[in-house]
Amino acid sequence: MANYKMNDNDVVVIIGSGAGGGTLANELCQQGVGVVLLEAGKRQSTKSFVNNEWESFGQLAWLEPRTTSGSWRVAKDFSGLPAWICKTVGGSTVHWAGASLRLQEHEFHTKTEYGDIDGANLLDWPISLKDLEPYYARAEDKMGVTRTNDIPGLPGNNNFKVMYAGATKLGYKHCHTGRMAINSRPRDGRASCLQLGFCFQGCKTGAKWSTLYTEIPEAEATGKLDLRPESYVLQIQHDKSGKVNGVLYADANGEQHLQKARAVCVAGNSIETPRLLLNSASSMYADGMANSSGQVGQNYMRHMTGSVYATFDKPVSMWRGTTMAGIISDESVHDTKRGFAGGYEMETVSLGLPFMAAFLDPGAWGSKFTEAMDNYRNMAGMWLVGEDLPQESNAVTLHSEQKDQHGMPVPDVHFDDHPNDIAMREHAYQQGSAVYDAVGANKTYRVPPYPSTHNLGTCRMSKYAKDGVCNKYGQTHDIKNLFISDGSQFTTSAAENPTLTIVSLAIRQAEYIAKQLSSKAI
Amino acid sequence: MLENKLTRRDFIKSSGGAVIIGTLATSSVAISMLAPSNTWALELSKLDENTGKMILHVTRHIFPHKTLDDAVYALVVKDLDAAASADESVYKLLQNGITELNNSAGGDWMVLDTNKQFSLVEAMAGSDFFEKIRSTSIVSLYNNDMAWAHFGYEGPAWSKGGYINRGFQDLDWLPEPPDAASPLKA
Repeated sequence: MANYKMNDNDVVVIIGSGAGGGTLANELCQQGVGVVLLEAGKRQSTKSFVNNEWESFGQLAWLEPRTTSGSWRVAKDFSGLPAWICKTVGGSTVHWAGASLRLQEHEFHTKTEYGDIDGANLLDWPISLKDLEPYYARAEDKMGVTRTNDIPGLPGNNNFKVMYAGATKLGYKHCHTGRMAINSRPRDGRASCLQLGFCFQGCKTGAKWSTLYTEIPEAEATGKLDLRPESYVLQIQHDKSGKVNGVLYADANGEQHLQKARAVCVAGNSIETPRLLLNSASSMYADGMANSSGQVGQNYMRHMTGSVYATFDKPVSMWRGTTMAGIISDESVHDTKRGFAGGYEMETVSLGLPFMAAFLDPGAWGSKFTEAMDNYRNMAGMWLVGEDLPQESNAVTLHSEQKDQHGMPVPDVHFDDHPNDIAMREHAYQQGSAVYDAVGANKTYRVPPYPSTHNLGTCRMSKYAKDGVCNKYGQTHDIKNLFISDGSQFTTSAAENPTLTIVSLAIRQAEYIAKQLSSKAI
Repeated sequence: MLENKLTRRDFIKSSGGAVIIGTLATSSVAISMLAPSNTWALELSKLDENTGKMILHVTRHIFPHKTLDDAVYALVVKDLDAAASADESVYKLLQNGITELNNSAGGDWMVLDTNKQFSLVEAMAGSDFFEKIRSTSIVSLYNNDMAWAHFGYEGPAWSKGGYINRGFQDLDWLPEPPDAASPLKA
């Protein structure tokens, strides 16, 4: 592992070690580029992960102060926790379920395909599926995605059996155990899945891909990576010409350091990334860094989400085995006959008893609630995840008064559901319930959105500088040695779980940065 | 290991301070397998015995699991007692809530019949007192080994080798999905 000096201005500094930052770090190191990887959280391991929901939440979740506003239900149920993402080496790849789906061609061109929709700030991506296909292929191989590269699908658990039987009765054609970055067989030095059922708590077998024990150790082995955990970034700095030249961060003791940099890549997830750009305002960049478009922090997307749980006469024991054990993708098409634009996926999900109590109906009490909990053993569940539309007013902004422990303004996350999101959620609730009713559910429960796990779009990529923050390589329009390297780049959200696309974009971006460095363009 | 942990953490036997004592219902088979004896005792550090007992019964009204043993509800009391010890404002909130409940009952809420008890608790829904008990319960009531045994949740799986050979596919009341949709395990 490398140990670069603070005044070494030849390194690329990457902020955040998750799907975007962790992958980018490895890809750059493999090409011989020196990288300082700053991560706010601690370094855990498969040994230190715990099979206990609340304890793990305390170990992994990003719990720095945040505020919420807007009419979304999360603001009422979890006012200080807009997102359920991680502060740990590996970022949210420690917590993610593993679903690895490619975006569909039409989802790259929603302004063209969907037309103008009132209140939506739609825009076509500056790239198409064709541009990304080679990188999707590399990402799937890197991550060991099932049903690609001759890797068999995972065996379905009880929760999947219920989904499959219901899907078949309803006439759905596309239901299987998914494309998952979870080893169905030993691969790449990692074991196969033991069906623990604690995917969200950090995979103790290491069967699920996470940058923590794949990309990051591979990068360390090159001798080019200087990983600094517990490094909380406060500001990006720039020189007189406007190029970025360093990153100010606080270490575990609160002491501040300035790491010089040749280029800076921001991958702090879609709340911290725009917050950092806004907190890096200067006399030259009065509205925040890379914000000439005014779009930094805007177009915040979180996917249309919701869950349906159902109770039956007989046991399901849904907590046994992979959390996201199967998928129905028939509804992921764009078909406006259903009354909304875009589509959604239906994916099994399960929660342990402690989190089921917390999330089933936040704030609830009384016999209706306890009756559902009494039937926990006989419960099956699915998560609904679909495209939500970008809106300028859905935004991450800096709180006018509240500051964090380092004196930096905390982010406020404002979100209102678009009518399209509401119509899609209603349809998804109906169809999800129908799947379970088809196999004899006693009761179905419409569960409101959890704090956001898919945070997207707050520094979106665009063809023209006036429409977004970065170009098709994630390079900011305003500052050529500043890059956006996480889901913030997404121009629109598409229906699919975003990690595979974030990883693919990172591989592609690494090639571009390496070329730019060697040609001295940056 | 589990039994020992429970003995220390959940079934404190002590002669000092206020104590709530209970006996496991004979129907609590799953829990009794974890418990060192059928009698349990909860020592309180801040709340008095009567307040502790009232909070336990209020919690039963807010989260009415008919067959869930008092020993599990006592864990909510235990956590509220700890919160009251650490923070005087929590202590006052709980004491004032209990006083208000007794006043609304015309003296002693505990002697009322179940329906009357419930309607007075329901009338306090949304109050700080009610919310403190509800929000504490939503974690304390469901995040312990006894509740897991009662509801059938199996808890940590790593130490037992996961479910790959322990029933992740044992559901037998629906048809088996075909191999194409759900391949056989490797």
